[in-house]
Amino acid sequence: MSTSTDGAPPVPRHMQRDRFAPVPETQAARDEAGLIAIRTGFGTPARLVTRYADVREVLGDAERFTNTGLPRLPMPEDGIDPRAGNLLATDPPEHTRLRRLLTGEFTVKRIRRLEPRIVEIVDDHLDAMAAAGPPADLVSVFALPVPSLVICELLGVPYDDRAEFQGRAARQVDLSLPLEERGRVAAESRTYMGELVDRARTEPGDDMLGMLVREHGDDLARSELIGIASLLLIAGHETTANMLGLGTLALLRAPEQLALVRDEPGAVAPAIEELLRFLSVVHSGIPRTVRHDTTVGDVPVAAGEVLVLSLPAANRDPAAVEHPDDLDVTRTIAPHVAFGHGVHHCLGAPLARAEMAVAFPALFRRFPTLAPGIPFEEIEFRSATIVHGLRALPVTW
Amino acid sequence: MHIQADREACIGAGNCVLAAEDVFDQDDDAVVLVLEEEPSADQVGEVRNAVAQCPSGALKLVDD
Repeated sequence: MSTSTDGAPPVPRHMQRDRFAPVPETQAARDEAGLIAIRTGFGTPARLVTRYADVREVLGDAERFTNTGLPRLPMPEDGIDPRAGNLLATDPPEHTRLRRLLTGEFTVKRIRRLEPRIVEIVDDHLDAMAAAGPPADLVSVFALPVPSLVICELLGVPYDDRAEFQGRAARQVDLSLPLEERGRVAAESRTYMGELVDRARTEPGDDMLGMLVREHGDDLARSELIGIASLLLIAGHETTANMLGLGTLALLRAPEQLALVRDEPGAVAPAIEELLRFLSVVHSGIPRTVRHDTTVGDVPVAAGEVLVLSLPAANRDPAAVEHPDDLDVTRTIAPHVAFGHGVHHCLGAPLARAEMAVAFPALFRRFPTLAPGIPFEEIEFRSATIVHGLRALPVTW
Repeated sequence: MHIQADREACIGAGNCVLAAEDVFDQDDDAVVLVLEEEPSADQVGEVRNAVAQCPSGALKLVDD
C-alpha cells in the first residue's frame, strides 16, 4: 500500500492509510521522541508532527509557523499569480484580509438558511438513486454530486460544467500524477474560473462570486477572485464528498451506530464530529515552515524546517481521546483537528456539517437495507490523494 | 465565571455557536458575539467545550 503502481513516486508517509486509519508506522510515531523525518508531496524533506497537542501548537501559531514557505507546482505562463487569493498559502495579516471577506457567507445562521435547499438536493439524488435501482456506486450517484451541486449554487458555478471541474479537481489532488500535469490542470482550472469571474464582473448574480464582485470588487484583483473561487470550489466538494463516502462505509460496518444516526435526531451532530475525528479525510493540510528556531512540545525545530501535520494521527492520540481507534458516535464531544486549527481552520466547516447532518440520516432512512455490494476487503480506498476517500462504494439495497 | 471574547482574534469558524448556542452568536461578518457573559451553572459545560473548540484562541472562561 505504500507505493502506487507503474513506478509512480512513493506515496508520502503522511498520506498512507490502512483503510480508515493512518498506517501503523505513523500511529507509532506519536510515541517516539522527537519528530520523525519524512518527505513532502514534492519529495522535499520534512518532519512529521503526530501528537494532538503538538499539532494544535503548530497550527495555532501562525507567527512561528508560516504557510508561505513551500515550493510551487511548475506553472505554465498564464499571467495569473497562482498564489493570489489562495488563503491556504497566506499568513496574517494578508490571510485575515481575505478571510474576513468570506466569513460572513459561512456563519451558522447563513448556513441554516441553506438547509431547505440542501434537503431538496439530497432528496433529488436519493430519488434518482431509487429510480435507477440497485446496485449503485454511492460515490458517483450521491457522495460526490450532492456537495458539488451545493457549492456550485452557493458560489455561482454552472453545474453543467461538473464533468470538467470534478475531473480537474480529482487530478489536482492526485499526487501520483507528475507535477507538470498537476500544474497544467491547475492552470486550466484558473482559466475556467477566470471566465466565470469575468462574467460575474459584468453581471454579478446572487451567488458568492456576485457578492464578492459587488461588495469587494474594488479591493480584490481579478487574480485574487480567481484564487478564492478556485479554492472554494475544490475545497467545497472534494472534502465533504469523501466524508460522505467513507462515513457511509464506516457506519455500514457499525449497524447499531448507523441506526442511531438514522433514528435519533439528537445523535446526528455528535456522530458527525466523531466521523470527522475518526476519518480525518484531510491527511495534513498545508505543511508549515518554521520561521525562527523554536520548539514543538519540547522538540527543537530549526528555522526553515518544514513540518507536516498528521491530522488523523493527532485525532487518534490516546492522550486526547479514549479508545481512539474505535468509532463511537455516542462519545462525548472530543475536540478534533479534522478541520484544522488556528487561523486557517476550515472556512466551510458549518456548511460541511450541515450537508452531512442532512445527507447521512436521509440516506439511511430512504434505504434501510443499504449494504456494501462487495466484500469490505475489495473496496478500493484512494491512495496518494490530498484528501482521503473511496474510489467507489458499490452498494445494494 | 465570565467569558472573555477577543473579537480581533476571532476567525469566524462558528464552533462556539454550535457548542453553546444560547451563549454565543455571530455578527454578519461571522465574528463572535457573547449573548451571556456570565453563563449559568448548567451552561458552563457547553461553554468549556466552546472554548476548547475555538480554533483561534479567542475565547476564555475566567474565574471571577
